[in-house]
Amino acid sequence: MLEYVFYILAAISIVCALMMVVSKNPIHSVLFLIATFFSIAGHFVILNAHFLAIVQIIVYTGAIMVLFLYVIMLLNLNKSTESSKPTLVKIAAVVSAGLLFLVMLASFKESVDLKIVDTADGLGSVKNLGKVLFSEYLLPFEASSVLFLSAMAGSVLLAKKK
Amino acid sequence: MNEITSTIQVVPLEYYIFLSVTLFSIGVLGMLIRRNAIIAFMSIELMLNAVNLLMVAFSAFRGDAKGQVFVFFIMVVAAAEVAIGLAILTMIHHNRGSVDINALNKLKW
Repeated sequence: MLEYVFYILAAISIVCALMMVVSKNPIHSVLFLIATFFSIAGHFVILNAHFLAIVQIIVYTGAIMVLFLYVIMLLNLNKSTESSKPTLVKIAAVVSAGLLFLVMLASFKESVDLKIVDTADGLGSVKNLGKVLFSEYLLPFEASSVLFLSAMAGSVLLAKKK
Repeated sequence: MNEITSTIQVVPLEYYIFLSVTLFSIGVLGMLIRRNAIIAFMSIELMLNAVNLLMVAFSAFRGDAKGQVFVFFIMVVAAAEVAIGLAILTMIHHNRGSVDINALNKLKW
């Protein structure tokens, strides 16, 4: 039963990612990428990472992609004005991406077998992740607040009219 | 919990590796094939998500929560990156009148 859920989610992710790359209208690309992110959130759910699934939906599809949508509408790009690259460049891009795919697949195929460890109860729960985050990773957590502050100041500075 | 344990037992780790590699390669393809800078930026997000999926899969298969904490940090950095990157793209559009990558050749040569 669950393997079919995996296959369906994987098919949705791959097809929507491909449609994101090939669709001419940027709005359609954003919507297909949102569908991809939802299917990845579904993968997180069946991998027992419930907290990350919720964060994926809230942060990625709720904040980041809405920001993309806003910028596309703000810049009035919601029609396909993009001129496409020459055919030779397209063929070269497809060949190089396919070669990268093959190389990564071959290198992973020869890697060692990972032993499956008995998963602890509630591995991806908020309780467990919060314990790890606020004990071992407290310093990076605080550093990320500084990162956010600088990102906020930087984006305000960049978007401000001279 | 029985439900979850059976997920890991039913779907091998190789399938997750295959899926992540495929998504990453599609991101690279989008990066190379498109001229719209916003679509290229979205391809970067797709690549980040492919890596996130792989890290969550490894974390679940190893029974180690640290991988999921790292995915959380990747999401934090991606959010900051998108805020800055979209501000830069807005300014580029303001100054140059387009977000076509080929129009941005001031630093070429």
